[in-house]
Amino acid sequence: MRKIIDWIEHRTGLETAVKNFLYEDIPASSGWHQIIGSTAVFFFVIQVFTGGLLAFNYAPTPGDSYNSVKYIMTALTGGKLIRGLHHWGASMMLIIVVLHMLQVFLYGAYKKPREATWMVGVVLLLIVLVFGLTGYLLPWDNRAYWGTVVTTQISGMAPVLGAYMLRLMGAESGVSVVTFSRFYALHTILLPPLVMILIGIHIYLVRKHGVTPAVDDTAPRRKFFPEQVFKDTVGVAIAFIILFTMAVVADVPLGRLADPTDTAYIPRPEWYFLFLFQTLKFFKGPLEVVGAVVLPGVAVLALLLVPFIDRGPMVRLGKRTFAFTFAILGILAWSGLTTAAVLTTPPNPEENEASLTTDDAGGVQAWQKLSPAELEGLNYFRKQNCVACHPGGGKKGIGPDLTAMPADHRTAAWLIPHFKNPSSVVPGSSMPPVTLPDAALNSLSAFVLKLTTQNEQAFMSAPDFVVQGAMVYQANKCNACHQINGIGQKLGPALDGVGLRHDRAWLEKHFADPASTSPGTIMPAYKLSAADMDALCKYLLQLPKAGA
Amino acid sequence: MDEHHSHEPAVELPPTRRNLYMYIIHGTMSLIGAALAIPAAIYLLFPPKARKETEWVQTADLASLPAGAPTEITFQRNRVDGWKVFSEKATAWVVKQPDGQVIAFTPNCTHLGCAYHWDDPSHTFVCPCHTSSFSIDGKVLAGPAPRPLDRYMVKIDAGKLEIGPPEAHA
Repeated sequence: MRKIIDWIEHRTGLETAVKNFLYEDIPASSGWHQIIGSTAVFFFVIQVFTGGLLAFNYAPTPGDSYNSVKYIMTALTGGKLIRGLHHWGASMMLIIVVLHMLQVFLYGAYKKPREATWMVGVVLLLIVLVFGLTGYLLPWDNRAYWGTVVTTQISGMAPVLGAYMLRLMGAESGVSVVTFSRFYALHTILLPPLVMILIGIHIYLVRKHGVTPAVDDTAPRRKFFPEQVFKDTVGVAIAFIILFTMAVVADVPLGRLADPTDTAYIPRPEWYFLFLFQTLKFFKGPLEVVGAVVLPGVAVLALLLVPFIDRGPMVRLGKRTFAFTFAILGILAWSGLTTAAVLTTPPNPEENEASLTTDDAGGVQAWQKLSPAELEGLNYFRKQNCVACHPGGGKKGIGPDLTAMPADHRTAAWLIPHFKNPSSVVPGSSMPPVTLPDAALNSLSAFVLKLTTQNEQAFMSAPDFVVQGAMVYQANKCNACHQINGIGQKLGPALDGVGLRHDRAWLEKHFADPASTSPGTIMPAYKLSAADMDALCKYLLQLPKAGA
Repeated sequence: MDEHHSHEPAVELPPTRRNLYMYIIHGTMSLIGAALAIPAAIYLLFPPKARKETEWVQTADLASLPAGAPTEITFQRNRVDGWKVFSEKATAWVVKQPDGQVIAFTPNCTHLGCAYHWDDPSHTFVCPCHTSSFSIDGKVLAGPAPRPLDRYMVKIDAGKLEIGPPEAHA
């Protein structure tokens, strides 16, 4: 081993270079508060590593990109973990960079002669934000698409430059395939080397000026290695454990395929942009540009110019009252705006896991517009094989097209007698009578009346678990107390979007013993078979919020 | 460097302390490295979970196949390629056995994947690339081919030949 190292050292001087780098003298006052910068570099390495791995299985074109991300998540062993590391790593990287900046700010370490170090750092922060913004689009799901529509439109508000910004992003009329390619190029080709160069300059400047000592630090200096490196290592390890846990425990969202025609989706940016999103709400009409462009622009400029605004000599940490007040106000404002944004943006009905197991239907699925009774009707429609004679989709069958019935046939009063005895209503009809109880015929007619040429195919392809769940719902007369889509009684709470309020375990407990989850309820207990329970829960958990 | 510090020698750590730090630094970094490298290796090397294991395609009428002479048949099948599913034309060389059983060879030479063809005069399958030749039951007769011709899984249902996925070769 020693021989190999000596050989390399003799040819390249690499060992000396590494030693020179590691055995830097640092002030005696250095310590735990300075580990954040190294942690930020470590996270950049993680992002490059996991990003490269993702790129090995990623198709950089809209549509295919979504399928390939889904492939990474479902078909590849460890794919979920790698994407989790990249996704949560991005958020953690931003937090760490901001903490690093906060530490430097509070200590006043940006003062002469370290102004350039600070300014390069501000640029690096902005690039991390652009990384987040461009990476957000790459999975090409609804979340990615609509989030990017909003952010690109915001930059389009900039006076004079806005139109050019939009053209540069290919986003003049919404997010386009051109936008996608440009974001991909930025995210994977342009920005990574740029960040590497800037990190290099940043570290070079730190070395040139030395680590900032405390004001009253006159003790003999120490070596960077191994004591400070040990502290950095502990910081890196803690951050890595948090990241790894997040990647294993927390699901990374992948919603439905991006649907530019979806009108129900409520876009929102990534959490660290939410404050900006919220700021916009305070500026109406022509003032909007203030919240969208002017304020952020001024903030970035102020951040860049901090070393020139605060030019006094270094003072003790305890005496930097103004910096502390400023930082605390900033944190309070940011948290307040973010919290407000979270509270005021309604959740989307988009079920993360569902989209990984079921096929994409785009937007609100068609069946979600049907009431349980209508879904029950769909069940009978399938069981009675109505489709054999009424094939739908404009195809010719033995029976007429159900979406093109004359208006006077489009009533339950006409349909139900017709179901019972077809030829008595339509003389000469070859349709066999539908032998079902009256309640079932009511549901069947309710479903048939819903059919139009637009929704027919989508309704027919409703998943089976939904239909079975609705059957259980109907059989247990849940509608005697609850509403779905505004149909049913109001004795109990409406069940639209119940999946956003409760999970599967809660529902099961609730059916078995309602009082255990909802004290004081008048709801009786329901003993459901395992299969019925499964179907009912799956169905209820997929119900969208009312009005979605 | 700050002027009033630059010429004083830096304080050295006691050796035991120094060694402890070294152990912790190297140990922690190795652990993090492993926590990244092992999932990465699994992610890159483990085969993707197949979406559809077996798909059977109905092809020719058994009665229409000549006995004893290979026939090239084409059929439409779905092929899963990563995140894509292609519906595409596939080819098989089909040989009806005297006992009514059928063998279906995949159309590529086992050497480097060239498409081979049936040479009637010599009664062998011949690969044009490196002149490998195979007998009618797929055995290697000559050339660099490392193993007999690969086969599709086959079954016969109501007089129709159904072709499944390629068999795993030994």
